[in-house]
Amino acid sequence: MTLDPNTLLAILAMAAATIFTRISGLVLIRYVEINENRRTAIEAIPPAVLMAVIAPTAFATGWAETLACVATAVAASRLPMLASVVVGVATAALLRAAGL
Amino acid sequence: MLQQTGPAGKNPVREFLGGMRAIFPLIVAVLPIGLVFGAVSATKGLSALETTLMSALVFAGGSQFVAMDIWTHPASWIGVGFAALLVNIRHVLMGASIGTKMQCFSGIKRYIAMLFLADELWAMAEFRAGTTRLTPAWYAGIVTPFYLTWVGSSLAGALLGAFLGDPAVIGLDFAFPAVFIVLVMGFWKGRETGAVLAASGIAAVAVHHFVPGVWYIAAGALAGLAMALWRGRAREQAA
Repeated sequence: MTLDPNTLLAILAMAAATIFTRISGLVLIRYVEINENRRTAIEAIPPAVLMAVIAPTAFATGWAETLACVATAVAASRLPMLASVVVGVATAALLRAAGL
Repeated sequence: MLQQTGPAGKNPVREFLGGMRAIFPLIVAVLPIGLVFGAVSATKGLSALETTLMSALVFAGGSQFVAMDIWTHPASWIGVGFAALLVNIRHVLMGASIGTKMQCFSGIKRYIAMLFLADELWAMAEFRAGTTRLTPAWYAGIVTPFYLTWVGSSLAGALLGAFLGDPAVIGLDFAFPAVFIVLVMGFWKGRETGAVLAASGIAAVAVHHFVPGVWYIAAGALAGLAMALWRGRAREQAA
């Protein structure tokens, strides 16, 4: 078990940057008044962020990933979360094994 | 005997357990990712102690993987610190959104809760706030097992190192996109949501294609936000 001072400094820099991003949103809404238009924008944040995170996997990785995303979305409209995730993971594994 | 609570107050223990139940699918999903992170960090020359410290203090998977990608010897605190800032800038939007749904949290609890903001926890909290009131106990119920799993699996991965196989073979790397798809489906509120998703998806794929790094997340989020603002203004003028 070693702890290199440069590595520790790097970890602390990452932690400081991440604490800053985590706190900023809360500070922001404290000092900015929320009107109707801004409320609409804030409500759009969750789907916009989630879509941005998954878009490269869903549309630009391969057919196996794209089809697994479709399967997950269809499952999500009928099944609970865990079951939908299992459907997605199984579809991705099967299609990759099939060489897609 | 269980404590009696009125309709306004909720039993904290039940809330905490409810949170733990809700986060379970994500615990299953984060475990292999933590193992992979630990194994990758071992190949980059980090000790098990250093890996565990990073997972415990940073607790942001995306930026930790990026840091491993650009890791140097000796470590460059400016490089990985700035990369963490860029990768995690989405937290600002996420915090601004969930912060408006924390009426049950006292001032200090809000800030403590924010220190544990991660994509998965934030998305679950947003979803919860959409259906019922988000309480500190429920939030603690999703954070505690998730945090411990992330730190513990990083440590295990660092110790096991090369013994671990590639999680892509059994499709486990797909667990996170799958969870996010389920959550996106839950945020669907009609055509307005469709427009936001389209703008975000197109911008993210385009930026991902042309710009290296993780700028695509910020680009997609901002494009979706701009679309919502633009549609809102157009509706205002039409009215």
